[in-house]
Amino acid sequence: MSDNEIRTLIAKAIDDNETILFMKGSPDSPACGFSARTVAMLQSLETPFAAVDILPDPRIRQELSAISNWPTIPQLFHKGELIGGCDIITEMYDNGELASALGTEAPEGAVAAAASPAPAAPMGIENRLGS
Amino acid sequence: MPSAEEVKSRIEAGIPGASAEVQTPDEVHFDVTVRASAFDGLSRIKQHRLVMDLFAGELGGAIHALALKTEVT
Repeated sequence: MSDNEIRTLIAKAIDDNETILFMKGSPDSPACGFSARTVAMLQSLETPFAAVDILPDPRIRQELSAISNWPTIPQLFHKGELIGGCDIITEMYDNGELASALGTEAPEGAVAAAASPAPAAPMGIENRLGS
Repeated sequence: MPSAEEVKSRIEAGIPGASAEVQTPDEVHFDVTVRASAFDGLSRIKQHRLVMDLFAGELGGAIHALALKTEVT
């Protein structure tokens, strides 16, 4: 498959899925702390989302970042727009913006629970910018 | 490697009216909070891009990671 075909498939996936997360690993088995945290926040909002693992082929990440002009993984899209990566999603989750951006109701206690988040994953350079 | 002071002054020079708090344990990883009226009306991703664009080319190089929070003032 050519780079261009991969890019077209990614763009189509972003268009076809109202909420889609590009991540390392799968929601059941995330391969990076930032991806794991982002999945946990989406699941706590009980919002349905599609997920794409970028690890199987380095060109997925390369073409995704070319489309989004955003260097890091994970990347969350809603209605075709990049919402953000783990930092932005965390901030929006903590202040309740994420639920309204995704058009879901924040479950009772979600914001309070976020005030004492689980310990952050170790800061891996590769998680932010690498590979 | 940029110092915390250097990162702070570049942000404040690059975004009119912004004030930045910068912490770095090693001058390679940076924790940054930026408050600016220029963020008003922008989505969070656009707020982050305003800041990240100031360091384009250095992210992944001299700056390994920049964890960013933005606030509208």
